[in-house]
Order: sequence, then structure tokens, then C-alpha cells
Amino acid sequence: MFKLILMISLFFLTLSMIVALYRVIKGPSMPDRVQALDTISISLIGGVAICSVLFHTHALLEIILILGILSFVGTIAFARFIERGVVIERKRIK
Amino acid sequence: MKKPNDVILHSVTKVAVVIILTFSIDLFFAGHHDPGGGFIGGLGFASALTLLLLAFDIEWVRENIPIDFKVITASGVLIAVLTGLGSLVFDAPFLSQTFNYFNLPIFGKTELATAVIFDFGVALAVIGTAVTIILSIAEDR
Repeated sequence: MFKLILMISLFFLTLSMIVALYRVIKGPSMPDRVQALDTISISLIGGVAICSVLFHTHALLEIILILGILSFVGTIAFARFIERGVVIERKRIK
Repeated sequence: MKKPNDVILHSVTKVAVVIILTFSIDLFFAGHHDPGGGFIGGLGFASALTLLLLAFDIEWVRENIPIDFKVITASGVLIAVLTGLGSLVFDAPFLSQTFNYFNLPIFGKTELATAVIFDFGVALAVIGTAVTIILSIAEDR
């Protein structure tokens, strides 16, 4: 029963990732695509957590932290590119 | 052009960089028995430096971390190769490793392995390469 619930939630996480992928490809504006990419990485984190419950291991927990850090840095880089037009500034205005 | 106001980004970065650096050092030392190691530890370190570069600017980071990252890459590769060559001195095949247990003052009985030195070289090489690539892509002259 417990395993069945985990499988069903994995299925729905995959479904939400597919819907977010549609938004990445089709999205009318750039912020939509960035938000959809962030949603995909959050769903991926949930999927890895469910897998680590399913396999009875704690070796996968480092993947969650790494994915969180990388998606955070990536989202900030995209947001800066949309807002300022440049990712890393040479000398910022004070 | 109006003055940019990113107080939240700067405050979050100053806390998050410390957490990311701590986690990458933990990943580096976990690499002997658990998932982790020099490569992914170096990549985590490089992502923390990337976050600093994103939130602030190149001049600010160069001023506060006055290190040439090309030298870091070269010294990392040199450390890794010299660790491999060191095993030839003791009549062992290239890149063979050894370990022993020591009684250290604070940690108690600790396992010290020569593979950690090789891993340290790999981590330095990865940090230097990643930061050099990011800095040379960001240069827009």
C-alpha cells in the first residue's frame, strides 16, 4: 500500500514535469520559461526524495542539496539576464 | 539609468555562499567511502564563486579574492601527478595508494589515506578550470 502511494506520487510528479516542459517549449515570454525550468527542478528534487524512500537508502540525499544549489544559481543567472541584459557585471553602479 | 536596488539578492548571497562552501567541503571529505569526492566538491566550490560573481561584480570579487585561478589549475594538476609519482619511490605501481589509522588530538582514531591528497589536486584543478571558463566567457571586451 505504502509502495503504491509512492508510485502514484512519482507518476504525478512526472506528469507535472511534462506539463512544465510544454510551458518551457511553448511559453509566450521568457519569464514563463524560467519559472517552468524552476518548477521542473523542484519536481526533480521531490522525485529523488521519493526514490530515496523507495530504495531505503540515504545515498541520494546529496543529490537533493546539489540540485537545489544549482537550480538556485541558474534561476538567479536567468533573472539577471532578463532584468539587466548582462549576466556577470564588470563594475556595478553604486 | 536608475540605480539598481538588490538588497535581497546581496543578503541571501552572503548567507548562502557560506552554506554552499561548507557543503562542498563536506562532499570533498565524504568522497572516500560515500558519494562525493574531489570533482563534485570542486564543482560545488566553483558554483559558490559563481553565485558571488552573479550577485556582485568581477572587480569586487577580484579585489577580495586576489587569486589567479590559472595558477590554481596548474598547481592542482601538479599535486595530482606528484601524488601518483610518489608511489614509484616506494617500489609500488603508479597511482597506488595506502592508508593507516592515527590517534589525532581532537578527532580520536582517524583514517588518513594518501588518496585524499590526490583528490585535493583534482578539486583544485576543477575549481581553477570552472572559474577560469566562467570569467573568460563573462569578459566582454
